[in-house]
Amino acid sequence: MTWISGHLGDIWRLTVQHAVLAAIPLVLGLIVSIPLGWAAARSRRLVPVALAGTGLLYTIPSLALFILMPLILGTKILDPVNVIVAMTIYTVALLVRTVVDGLGSVPSHVDAAARAMGLGAFRRLVTVQLPLAVPVIAAGLRVAAVSNVSIVSVASLIGVSQLGDLLVDGYNRDIPGELWAGIVGCLVLALLFDLLIQGLARLLTPWLRADSRSSARRLALADAPRDVGVAA
Amino acid sequence: MIRFEKVTKRYPGGTIAVDEVTLDAPTGAITVLVGPSGCGKTTSLRMVNRMIEPTSGRILLDDIDTARIPEPALRRGIGYVIQQGGLFPHQSIERNIATVPLLLGWEKKRAYARARELLEVVGLPAEMATRYPGQLSGGQQQRVGVARALAADPPVMLMDEPFSAVDPVVRTQLQDEFLRLQGELGKTIILVTHDIDEAVKLGDLVAVLRVGGRLAQVATPEELLAHPADDFVADFVGRDRGYRALSFVEGEVPVQAEPTVAPGDGADLARSRAVDGWVLVAEDGRPLGWLHTDWLRAEVSADRVALGGTLATQGGPLRAALDAALSSPSGRGVVVDGDGRLLGTVRARDVLAEVERHRTGSTGQAPAQGRPTQAPVQT
Amino acid sequence: MIPKIWDWLTDPANWSGADGIATRVQEHLTYSLIVLAIASLIALPLGLWIGHTGRGRPLVSAANAARAVPTLGLLFALALWLGPRLSGDLAFTAPSIIVLVLLALPPLLAGAYAGVEAVDPATRDAARGMGLSDGQVLRQVELPIALPLLLSGVRAATLQVIATATIAAYVGLGGLGRFLIDGLAIGDYAATAGGALLVAVLALLVDLLLAGVVRLLVSPGLTGKQSRRRRVELSAAGLSPIADAT
Repeated sequence: MTWISGHLGDIWRLTVQHAVLAAIPLVLGLIVSIPLGWAAARSRRLVPVALAGTGLLYTIPSLALFILMPLILGTKILDPVNVIVAMTIYTVALLVRTVVDGLGSVPSHVDAAARAMGLGAFRRLVTVQLPLAVPVIAAGLRVAAVSNVSIVSVASLIGVSQLGDLLVDGYNRDIPGELWAGIVGCLVLALLFDLLIQGLARLLTPWLRADSRSSARRLALADAPRDVGVAA
Repeated sequence: MIRFEKVTKRYPGGTIAVDEVTLDAPTGAITVLVGPSGCGKTTSLRMVNRMIEPTSGRILLDDIDTARIPEPALRRGIGYVIQQGGLFPHQSIERNIATVPLLLGWEKKRAYARARELLEVVGLPAEMATRYPGQLSGGQQQRVGVARALAADPPVMLMDEPFSAVDPVVRTQLQDEFLRLQGELGKTIILVTHDIDEAVKLGDLVAVLRVGGRLAQVATPEELLAHPADDFVADFVGRDRGYRALSFVEGEVPVQAEPTVAPGDGADLARSRAVDGWVLVAEDGRPLGWLHTDWLRAEVSADRVALGGTLATQGGPLRAALDAALSSPSGRGVVVDGDGRLLGTVRARDVLAEVERHRTGSTGQAPAQGRPTQAPVQT
Repeated sequence: MIPKIWDWLTDPANWSGADGIATRVQEHLTYSLIVLAIASLIALPLGLWIGHTGRGRPLVSAANAARAVPTLGLLFALALWLGPRLSGDLAFTAPSIIVLVLLALPPLLAGAYAGVEAVDPATRDAARGMGLSDGQVLRQVELPIALPLLLSGVRAATLQVIATATIAAYVGLGGLGRFLIDGLAIGDYAATAGGALLVAVLALLVDLLLAGVVRLLVSPGLTGKQSRRRRVELSAAGLSPIADAT
């Protein structure tokens, strides 16, 4: 406890850095996953290829991926870009599948109606399919967020600074207070991300709130037990 | 025979699903349990093979109390068909069908041979044996479900809405084939349905249950349609029951000779034989359809014939005779013999006269007042 | 850089000996296997039971929520607490093993539970109604149908363990992680990257192997056409990319 009160400034700094390192891949990952998922959803043949490819990337342990990034990117090992790119890859691996499922969750008669009314493919995607896919995509995003927060802490092992530093330092110098500060910090951050995404999802789906019957079901779906993916 | 003796099912919250049901399902016959949602028909069915245990009362299978028989043994001797089929998705069709025989210890070869045999019996091609349930349509899955229930040749079968999950066309096919099968096999069957038409069509005996699990009436379909025990049964059986009851009344109808023309005959001949503008076209003694004189050109042609009008068989149900008369464009119903050869025509009023004669009965007495065949137990 | 890594990987001296690649791979696999065995023994029956009886569902939610805890933190916390109380090699390996087991539990639990839940109640009803005893229903019907999801849980757990075992080298566990951690400590990028490559390849090979096992064990009649809702639930349980057991 005393350690914590003495280092509030550091904790805050590291938390912000951690948040940035976890959040950027989320956003980038989402931006990349949507077109990929859309393309995959439209072509029956592409789906297994896309899923196999992303599944493959997800299989590689995080530390290994962080270490190998400089080889691929030409960066120095200490560079946070390694972490961001690696985390984006993980996020994409998780989210492409989610986007495919989300787009698939749009009732086919709705999509058919949109097509019959003359909406082109891109317009349909943006104005009909994506909004309706929000609950499913949000659920996947929450998983990705919590997963990212946990994995990012591993980056301390390659010298990229964030809350993980508290973990490593607390262990090395045998300061339980610092260690717990790191753990709790990660938990709180994970919770914050989770709530933020939930809130955003709710904002983007006013029709779900209006119809009380189906909203209870849909929001319950979004509230399905969520947690970390492969967190290491 | 399956006997229900004051069978009751009461649930811990106080709900009574089945209330003192007493009923005999005769051997070799189809007994249908029918009623609205919440009447306890499925619960009653499931108490026969002890999927649900009665709270009180007992069920006897050929005079043996089912409570005395250990459940797996009991169930292996009873065929069980449920609405959604319940096929095992991870096993091939033939493995599915062979389930109970294998359980009973048959050797694999014999069990699988039996499975193939049954595929044929339910009208499915032999190639289906190695497919998986996921690859079959709903109707096909239902047939496999029946085959599976028949595999160990149980004397008793329980069927819970077996034909409800398929579309009406398939349902009619399945029902007809099922009746044909039962004609050959003669099993003791209890079948549950919410559809009164299905109950009347399939049942040798129909038991109507009301919400709360009490028996309202147990009777043959004819008796049920003709003499419903009370308002509830009358309502449940629905409108048109009088008309539908005619399906069960057979009789001879007075047939009048009907002049016919053949394809190729001249237009003048056709006009001279037409009555009220309509003449019957027939070939080799078999009716083809009705022709109106307004349509005539040079000669009678088989193409320009109105096909409307069902055919009635002499001695068959009066309902068919009435329908033939009502559906015929000329108002004259075509009556044929067993081989489809024209006997003559009948008018609606003549059929109705026959119906009247039948109503008053050969003894000339009025029928007993609303008394069902088997009185439900009232407490 | 790359030639240096290649040299490191192909140097026979690096392969032999107590610190060699061969030994480390063996250690890594051995630890992973032990952990998975223990975790499976706990989580699989439990998950099957929860799915079968429908009770204890809060346990699954709790397990899932607990996975938000950073693995590094868990490793360090347990190492700090347990390390000093143990002696010899155990002080290094026990904390890691415990944490690895804990981390493997949620996906195994989720897979087993989701697998049994996936059994259509009508199928279960038909099985009982036909006269299969409870044990027979479980063995002949529920387990085979539950297998795809159960195995996807096993796959997820396996990857989790292999990945975390790598990091656990920091608190003293052997295995391939040693190359990464030690390499980072002394600044030998060749060894570090070489180790990372080995870990990546190991993980991929194991996953491929498991995919083969799945294909072998799962009945062709179960095409895994899981409903969308189920896939979203699985994704929420962290089984997502692995959930296509087809």
